[in-house]
Amino acid sequence: MSDNPVFDRIQSEIDGNAVVLFMKGNPMFPQCGFSAAITQALTMMEVKFKGIDVLADDEIRNGIKEFSSWPTIPQLYVKGEFVGGCDIVREMHESGELKKLLDDKGVEYAS
Amino acid sequence: MTVQDTIEQKILTALTPSYLDVINESHMHNVPPGSESHFKLVIVSSDFDNLPLVKRHQKVNGILAKELKDDIHALSMQTHTLPEWEERGGALMASPLCHGGDKASQNGD
Repeated sequence: MSDNPVFDRIQSEIDGNAVVLFMKGNPMFPQCGFSAAITQALTMMEVKFKGIDVLADDEIRNGIKEFSSWPTIPQLYVKGEFVGGCDIVREMHESGELKKLLDDKGVEYAS
Repeated sequence: MTVQDTIEQKILTALTPSYLDVINESHMHNVPPGSESHFKLVIVSSDFDNLPLVKRHQKVNGILAKELKDDIHALSMQTHTLPEWEERGGALMASPLCHGGDKASQNGD
């Protein structure tokens, strides 16, 4: 537990779900091209992930930036570890590093 | 000074890049003409040597903390070391469209 209740909420989301995407909109209807790009990469690989819509929750929207020391949305977490934003995930997807990360973390994906 | 100039100055000073491109992509978004809200950066610098991508981006985000807070709505970046840049032959990835632009209420920030 931290002394920040929003951080505790964020922590419990990333503890409770192997892959978490803090995004604008939801995985079915991303509200932002950057969030859509990560959603598309994860969907292509058939990775199960939890999308958290920051537009529906201003506390999380502001808290996650401080929590990760990262000023923008989307943000991807795998097994509790911050992976990055859209540019990083796309680059890792293209280079095969994303697969390697999922392998290392024991997260299942199709291809 | 424009936001674009400020970004350029700050990156040049902090990272002494061997290649820098600051691209205003605001016209791709739903914002008034002449806006400075959406940027893409391509930075090639030896300061990125041996740094994972997350740390590179955090470095740049730190340099532009004020602009990210006050001016920039969405920032896309490619950060390379000189050998990486040469290996890719200087290729650019297209930035995604964010479907928004209203800084106060929408995406990217």
